[in-house]
Order: sequence, then C-alpha cells, then structure tokens
Amino acid sequence: MSEIFGVPIQVLFGQLLIGLINGAFYAMLSLGLAVIFGLLNIINFTHGAQYMMGAFAAYFLLNKLGLNYWWALVIAPLAVGASGMVAERLMLSRLYKLDHLYGLLLTFGLALVIQGIFRNEFGSAGLPYAMPGQLSGARNLGFMFLPNYRGWVIVASLLVCFGTWFVIERTKLGAYLRAATENPAMVQSFGINVPRMVTLTYGFGVGLAGFAGVMAAPIYQVNPLMGADTIIVVFAVVVIGGMGSIMGAILTGFGLGVIEGLTKVFYPEASNTVIFVIMAIVLMIRPQGLFGSR
Amino acid sequence: MADDAYKPHASRDDAADFRYHRNAFVVMMALFLVAPTIFYPVFVMKALCFALFACAFNLLLGFGGLLSFGHAMFLGMAGYVSAHAAKVWGFPPEIAILAGTAAATLLGVLAGLLAIRRQGIYFAMITLALAQMIFFLCLQAPFTHGEDGIQAVPRGLLLGMFDLMNPYVMYYFVLAIFTAGFLLIYRIVHSPFGQVLKAIRENEPRAISLGYRTEQYKLAAFVLSAGIAGLAGATKAIVFQLASLTDVHWTMSGEVVLMTLLGGMGTIFGPVVGAFTIITMESYLAELGSWFTITQGAIFVVCVLAFRRGIMGELEAWLKRRRIG
Repeated sequence: MSEIFGVPIQVLFGQLLIGLINGAFYAMLSLGLAVIFGLLNIINFTHGAQYMMGAFAAYFLLNKLGLNYWWALVIAPLAVGASGMVAERLMLSRLYKLDHLYGLLLTFGLALVIQGIFRNEFGSAGLPYAMPGQLSGARNLGFMFLPNYRGWVIVASLLVCFGTWFVIERTKLGAYLRAATENPAMVQSFGINVPRMVTLTYGFGVGLAGFAGVMAAPIYQVNPLMGADTIIVVFAVVVIGGMGSIMGAILTGFGLGVIEGLTKVFYPEASNTVIFVIMAIVLMIRPQGLFGSR
Repeated sequence: MADDAYKPHASRDDAADFRYHRNAFVVMMALFLVAPTIFYPVFVMKALCFALFACAFNLLLGFGGLLSFGHAMFLGMAGYVSAHAAKVWGFPPEIAILAGTAAATLLGVLAGLLAIRRQGIYFAMITLALAQMIFFLCLQAPFTHGEDGIQAVPRGLLLGMFDLMNPYVMYYFVLAIFTAGFLLIYRIVHSPFGQVLKAIRENEPRAISLGYRTEQYKLAAFVLSAGIAGLAGATKAIVFQLASLTDVHWTMSGEVVLMTLLGGMGTIFGPVVGAFTIITMESYLAELGSWFTITQGAIFVVCVLAFRRGIMGELEAWLKRRRIG
C-alpha cells in the first residue's frame, strides 16, 4: 500500500473526506450567518440551535409522520425558517436601533432556551436517524471507497452554497438585498418593503441552518447539543473569512474543514484547536479576515 | 449618556453619586460581615467569588464597552494554576492564588492583543473562540486531569498561621479578597484612566482624534479585567478545593454576561446583585437540570427586550428621578 509522509493513502483520503464533509457544514452555517449579518447586522447565536432544530425536524417527520429524508429536506428548512421569522418579528426587530451587541445577547438567550427545552425532552444521548435507502452503500473510486451519502452531502452543499451566491450576486432580488445592506433608508424610499425583506432574509439564513441540520442527521446523531459547540467553530470560521463576501464564507468553510481533517491525520492532538490557532494567526496578519474589507 | 458631561451641576451630581456609592458600600459590607452567621458560608463564598468575577467582567463591558464572550478562560485557567500550585507544588494559599491571578493576567495579555484587533461583534466572537481553544487545551493537557479536574486541593494555612479549613476563617479571607478587588475596580473606574475608557466606549473615533491611543487603553482594561477575573477563579479553586472544566466552558462565559446584564451593566453594584441572584437561583434549580439553562436563557431574553438597565440600573434611575424631582 502506498504512503504519504508515512500515512497510508487510504487513511489520508478518508480524513480528507471527513474534512470536506465538516467543511460543507461550516460553509453552509457560515453562509447563513453572513447573509443574516449582512442585512440585520446581528450575529445569530441561535444558529447552532436552529441547525439542531433542522435535524430534529427530520427525525420527527420520519418517525411521527412517516415522511422520508427527501420530504424532510424540503419541509424542515421551511419550518425552521418560519420559526426564525416569528422570532425576528416578535423579538429581534425591536433591537435594530440599539447596539448590535444586544442582538448577540438575545440570540444567545434564545439558543439556551431552545437547547434546554430539547435536552429536557430528549436527554443528551442522541437519537439515530436512518440513512435514506437510495444513498446507503458506497462506491469504489479506485483509490478509496466513497460512501454515497457523504458524496451527496458534498454535492448538495455545493449546490446550495453556489445557488445562494448566485441569487445574491447575480439576480435582481439579490441586488435589492445588497442595496439594502448598504443603505436601507434609500432602498425603502424606492418603494421596497425593507422590513419584510429583513424578515425573509433572516428566515432564509435560518432555513439554511435547518437544511444543514437535515443533512447532518444521518451522519451525526440527532442531539440537542449538536449545534452548541459547532457554532463556536463556525464563529472562528467567520472571523477567519471575514463576513464581507458570500464566496469568502464558502471557500473558508470548505478550506478549514479540509485543514481540520488533515490535522487529524498528522497531529491528532491539535485537531480540536487548529481552527482557533489559524484564527489567531489570521488576526495577527490580516485582522479584517481573508475575504473581509474594512 | 453622552450629554451628562455638559450638565452645569456635574460636580453636585458627582458628590451625590459618591454619597450613594459610599452608603451602598457600607450596607453591602454590613450584610457580608453577618452573612455567614445566617447562610451557609460555602454558599456565600461561592456567590462572592462570582460577584468578583462579574465585577471584573463589568469593568470591561460596562465601562469599556467591550463584550467578551470568553471570560471563563480567565476564571478557569486561574483556578487550574492555583489548584496545581497549592496541591502539587505545595504553595501556601495566598501564593497559590497570586500564581493563578498572574497566569490569568498573562493569558489576558495574549488574548487581549488578538481580540482588540477587531471591534464589536467580532470582539465577542474572537474571545469566545479563544476561550474554546483554552477549553480544549485544558481538556487535553495532563496537568488539568481532563474530565476529573484537580481534586482535593489543600486549603492550607493562610500566612502560615490561619487554618483555612475553618469555614469562618476561609469566609473572611474570601471577603477580604472580594473587597480588595471591588475597591480596586471602583478606583479604576473613577480614575482618569477610567474616564478615558468611558470616552472610548461612547465614541472611539473622537477619543482617537483627541490623541488617545485607544488600543492601549482597551488592552489595559482587558488585562485588568482578566487579572481580577483570575483572582476570583483562583480563590474559588481554593474554597472548593477543586478546579474543573466547568469553569472554562463557554456556559460559564455566558453566565457571567447574564449576571452583569441582570444586575445592571455599567453600575458599580449591579454585578454583585446579579451574581447573588443567579447563584441563589442556581442552588434552587440545580436538581431540575436543564430547567436552569432554560431559565437563564429566558432571563437573557427578558433583560435584552425589556430590562436593559438591569436591577441596579433601574434602581439608580429611580433614585436619580427622586433626587431631581
């Protein structure tokens, strides 16, 4: 068997794949954060809890209503997004005139409430979610075995990420959105309902988190705290990438996932901390982030 | 906030503020002196440690306008170092606490140099991420004993004379540390340095244009806050004879934000009131497990939406209205 730096090539590709999968989740989650931050100027601390809600929604749809994975992929993001829009209307919308830090504190409190309620109901052991039948099994790529579901996660997340990029950067709707990010009062004066756009944008960002949650359900266990630690890593990803650009969020997400995967191969002790170390280095060299602008 | 400085009777207001602070301090000290005869001393000591922790955090948020979401790293790291020094190196308690405080101060310099490169929301995210890094380091480093923590830390003899195993001796030692830290923070806030800090909080570009090197002031505030938070953590480790991962976890960083927010950020006594409220609540809700988390979250939401001045902030606003009216 061939080796690279004393590591069997199978192991290397295996970890690289896991890294890409993690990167796909980092990309989807940081993308949602970036979209929300762009228009609302709020860092959505509830994002991790909403990702978890997506996974639980998939679990309920399958086990209570008998709706399979593909239905969940459509319904769960809509449901999570809708719950987000209600929260935005009832609570977040009262904070736009205040210091942005209050938005962070409010969403942190909401995350505690949501995670606490789910932990109360379901404990913290985690529930299994069955792999969809069409995507079980694996295929031989010649140099490694690729489990079909993992391949699907990468493809689907790329589609979602670039779809979002396309809508925001290349369509009329996206142009309104970018304009409202620059100057909401001006856009409103052209007769565009900015508050409604804000609500829908928050719903969309949250829906992305819900979508990521459904994607995660068959790989990771469905667990009330699955988003709690992930969101902190995603914050570091966001700091590294800078929230200025959509493409930046996507590239940073995938890139850091891969780096994390490689660290697991070459220096496993640091795999938990490598992203934070990279964040520290980026802050020293380029404080605004790799893709950020002041 | 900003127009306070232009009031013609600012000096009379200052004098009134000073009288209020002095009277409140006397009341607070009287309560703390008799507290261990009424309540379980370990409970009050715990609350005092958290009160000092929250006061240190408030120095940064309330007076510097910097929201750190990673203050647990200073509390927890100082706890580990102080516990290690007392147990493995056999240091006397006062030196062990100093060692823990010094470690937190050093960590504050390193974290502060990175975090002050960004502002606002980014500052919060960076401190949170750095604290999570410290959490993983503490989880993996051999000297912290991972999930077990450092247990059975000896309290030892204070200054070689006073046996800290006596709960009352321990209590008054903790009270002395709290009082020293509290007065230090009061002094910092009311010094010229504290005034510059407030100016930066209100309008940083203007402070820069007046010639202040705001980065240095922010770093100094961060390091002071980290050091005093460390003093609280180091003391807590000696009181409980334990240093564990709980104190470095992000939930602890959130808890100190909540204590400060509930008590009233930017007030002198708010963090103390907030800490005692949360710790009391915790002791009643502890058996209910995740209900405590839910309650904490709900308090966050209510405070942010409807109660942003906090308990002491509302009280002080009421006193001021009465004084003027």
